[in-house]
Amino acid sequence: MAESHVVVVGASLAGLQAAVTLRAEGFAEAVTVVGEEPHRPYDRPPLSKQVIAGDWDADRVALPAGAGASLDVTWELGTGAAGLDLAGRRVLLADGRALTFDGLVIATGAHPRPLPGVGALEGVHTLRTLEDALAVRAALDGGARRVVVVGAGFIGAEVAASCRQRGAEVTLVEPLPQPLARVLPEQVGAVLAEVHRSHGVDVRLGVGVEAIEGLGRVQGVRLADGTTVAADLVVVGIGVVPATGWLEGSGLTLDDGVVCDETTLAAPGVVAAGDVARWPNARYGEVMRVEHWEHAIDMGTHAARRLLADLAGEPGEPFAPVPWFWSDQYDRKVQLAGRPRPTDRFEVVAGSLAEARFCGLFGRDGQVVAALGMNMPGRVVRYRRELQDGLSWDDALAGAAPAVPPTS
Amino acid sequence: MRVVVDYDLCESNAVCMGIAPEVFEVRDDDFLYVLQDEPDESLREKVEQAATRCPKQAITIEG
Ligand SMILES: Cc1cc2nc3c(=O)[nH]c(=O)nc-3n(C[C@H](O)[C@H](O)[C@H](O)COP(=O)(O)OP(=O)(O)OC[C@H]3O[C@@H](n4cnc5c(N)ncnc54)[C@H](O)[C@@H]3O)c2cc1C
Ligand code: SF4
Repeated sequence: MAESHVVVVGASLAGLQAAVTLRAEGFAEAVTVVGEEPHRPYDRPPLSKQVIAGDWDADRVALPAGAGASLDVTWELGTGAAGLDLAGRRVLLADGRALTFDGLVIATGAHPRPLPGVGALEGVHTLRTLEDALAVRAALDGGARRVVVVGAGFIGAEVAASCRQRGAEVTLVEPLPQPLARVLPEQVGAVLAEVHRSHGVDVRLGVGVEAIEGLGRVQGVRLADGTTVAADLVVVGIGVVPATGWLEGSGLTLDDGVVCDETTLAAPGVVAAGDVARWPNARYGEVMRVEHWEHAIDMGTHAARRLLADLAGEPGEPFAPVPWFWSDQYDRKVQLAGRPRPTDRFEVVAGSLAEARFCGLFGRDGQVVAALGMNMPGRVVRYRRELQDGLSWDDALAGAAPAVPPTS
Repeated sequence: MRVVVDYDLCESNAVCMGIAPEVFEVRDDDFLYVLQDEPDESLREKVEQAATRCPKQAITIEG
């Protein structure tokens, strides 16, 4: 029998973890990892934080598992996948070659959503890749002093914080009435906004961007309320779009991501993981796509095992994690475990919103559905473990809340 | 097996604690405490996973 071949498309967090897992599970046959970027896998969270802030050199972002020769895979870097021939079991590369596969892992992540109606202007950036981050850093090094960040989601908020750290004037523009109003209750978003204001950021809420002005190079951002904010650097962080362009017409179901079953299988012999994958998470009875660091690792691990089971003709197990996320802004560490909605009840169980140091719980239908912390990471992690087993609202508030032992 | 944390790198995000709470604990003072410097072999897999997943690569395992 010919040697079997697993192709992983996407050489970043989820793809790397899938490749590592294939080897760790004893898969001894050929593995090829295809990546559009010219780099070995690297870590994105430091891009908006340490890289833009100028604290880290670019080489520090390498992901250790992919850096050395220890991972026995063939790297195809700098060439993207341009198509998938599902029936012929082939991945078509942008340079015209084709790779045949027995098993396929789709881990192409996501691309930044561009600001609608804005053409290419020098000084306007999005942030996803190392090059993006180095370009923003170079602009700051080159003397950019008036920065407008469009979008107060986690990445936009982190960029605002890093630019403040570099001494730039920063305006943070958000069309929603509070930061993260689609996931968090208003009073929590208000705390995040206040953290930025107290660090000197001009936070403009409830106002959209009408146009980015400039001839060749950006000069200002015109807002929906008619005002114009002068800018020599604009960073747009208004969300991402899953990178599924290469899968169009392949026969896979695409709907804001590659749609998988509850075990991460998208088709026989095909799995997906990370930011690109949408799947029914039985824990929440919801079809979801999660754009978090640890999720990419967990789903990459699960998908690789699922693929090996499929190749062996065995059934797979459902993937039903409690999502978990962190974000660092100035000296604040925000952590969120679970799946909140703005309509959930929210109660602070430790610390206080006023001191911007707290842990709060989200409740729905008598259950705790999420825990949010600011500078209380230990508590959030404890709740995350409890959320895994299911935690009733009454139990949680009746003091069954996990107490963190006092400092020794 | 000996667990060593580089506290200059550690950012107290408690990823390690999520995986191996027997060994790692981030307390309300925002510092990471290693509860056992030399955990039992039975914890090796968890500790190794914590070291791999630490976003700062702040954990090393000796022996
Ligand atoms: C600036 C920034 C800061 C972040 N901070 C945090 C944080 O603090 N906490 C947190 O939990 N999460 C954070 N995240 C999110 C986290 O980094 C992502 O969830 C994670 O990178 C997802 O991994 P992935 O492998 O699924 O996708 P990606 O990392 O997007 O990787 C996909 C890879 O596939 C490649 N690719 C795309 N199309 C093709 C193709 N057709 N052929 C071949 N290759 C292709 C891409 O070039 C890319 O290298 C941050 C993300 C960014 C951008
Ligand atoms: S995972 Fe790493 S950075 Fe996070 S608390 Fe543990 S040692 Fe520190």
